Amino acid sequence: MSYNAFITEATIEPTDDGPLDGVTVAVKDNISTEGVRTTCGSSMLDDYVPPYDATVVERLKAAGATIVGKANMDEFGMGTTTETSAFGATENPAAEGRVPGGSSGGSAAAVAAGEADAALGSDTGGSVRCPAAFCGVVGIKPTYGLVSRYGLVAYANSLEQIGPLAPTVEDAATVLDAIAGPDPNDGTTREEGANSNYADAADGDVDGLTIGVPTELLEGADESVRETFEAALDDLRGQGATTEEVSLPSVETAVQAYYVIAMSEASSNLARFDGVRYGKSGGYEGNWNESFANAREEGFGEEVKRRILLGTYALSAGYHDKYYKQAQDARAWVKQDFDEAFETVDVLASPTMPVPPFEMGESLDDPLQMYLADANTVPVNLANLPAISVPAGETDEGPVGLQLVGPAFEEETLIRAGSALA
Amino acid sequence: MTVDDEEVRHVASLARVDLDDEEVELFVEQFGDILEYFEALDDVPEVEREAELANVMRPDEVRESLSQEEALENAPETEDGYFKGPKVS
Repeated sequence: MSYNAFITEATIEPTDDGPLDGVTVAVKDNISTEGVRTTCGSSMLDDYVPPYDATVVERLKAAGATIVGKANMDEFGMGTTTETSAFGATENPAAEGRVPGGSSGGSAAAVAAGEADAALGSDTGGSVRCPAAFCGVVGIKPTYGLVSRYGLVAYANSLEQIGPLAPTVEDAATVLDAIAGPDPNDGTTREEGANSNYADAADGDVDGLTIGVPTELLEGADESVRETFEAALDDLRGQGATTEEVSLPSVETAVQAYYVIAMSEASSNLARFDGVRYGKSGGYEGNWNESFANAREEGFGEEVKRRILLGTYALSAGYHDKYYKQAQDARAWVKQDFDEAFETVDVLASPTMPVPPFEMGESLDDPLQMYLADANTVPVNLANLPAISVPAGETDEGPVGLQLVGPAFEEETLIRAGSALA
Repeated sequence: MTVDDEEVRHVASLARVDLDDEEVELFVEQFGDILEYFEALDDVPEVEREAELANVMRPDEVRESLSQEEALENAPETEDGYFKGPKVS
């Protein structure tokens, strides 16, 4: 286990037989597992043991899966490298010495290293697709509302979805079939995922498919990434797909909108960590406020503090309209742009990440540079859409992922197209 | 957009997060850069936001939930079946 893919290794047995019989699954450590500690990669929760299972965990077990451990992650999902984990960084099995991406880096590394057949991650702004791309595996970010978030420890709840990672599109689709569908414990889930059969859509048939390539998502990409991406597009064209350039002007402010919204929601969601009901205690000296502030100073790492403070700032009196309200406008603009694009094309394609995997330690010092690396993934979360990252090839610095984005609840189209490559 | 150390300390106190002097210094510098980057949101056009969402309701009925014991399992300290918190004032 030299890649540090797991925070906790465990064997959680299936509760029934099903399509995942004999399949081993790694579960990101922000997804609750009854009786097995769930840390969110934070020392705040280093001994937190959930008294109940997340809906997706119940469904995995009922489908026959065996859970083999809780996967490492950036603290509370806040990062692009899995280096902000309080339990040490994870190394990329597909590009040693480099990061596995994040925040679901442990999930992707476990799959890439063969330590699990599949994994669950959560994707708030790219946290399934980025590590899938960097580790050379498949990752799916479902449409918002397709998969229950009950038992997922919230970071930015209007943006995030739980999604599968696996070596092939068909394997990832099989896991998605098991976890998708409405859940009375999550009022944001929708009927669309009920009785799904995504695995059958993995037939690789792209004949006649129209793929739009947003120029804005290609401009910022590294040369080596572009070349790999173009070669994958050639492959798809060779199988009968057509491609055309499209423009999504709204994505130019998507990273700003994403971070304002995610940080604002985080500042509210993480207010629950007061060290009284669970988590690190702030002690009993001094008053309530001092004790909370003490617990949160000790329990949270630097990136989490940064996001809580910036989110508090963006929501504070005098700044709310400038940041939060404008970010909501930018979000609506992104949605509108995608809707218009899907009037002429079936799916949109871009490099998942504009860069190859960073070297470990390379990027911790400059948070803004890190945020910019999310440029191609965050628009999808802002628009609540489904997306898939499939391996497109390799550069000298590691794997490259190709991202396909589709209209809401058209996971089948993405799975069909993605399976033409992996 | 710049922030000074007083503003960082003020926001930290609103968020109930203690910071040491080093963290304040680091955040003053980084927040200036990040907030300047957010300025681009000023140029976003107004877009009509369509609300296609409906509330999800359920009857308010007694149903199975965690026992008191289970709910207290992760508390750092408890007393007589309650969470134990610090003094309110």
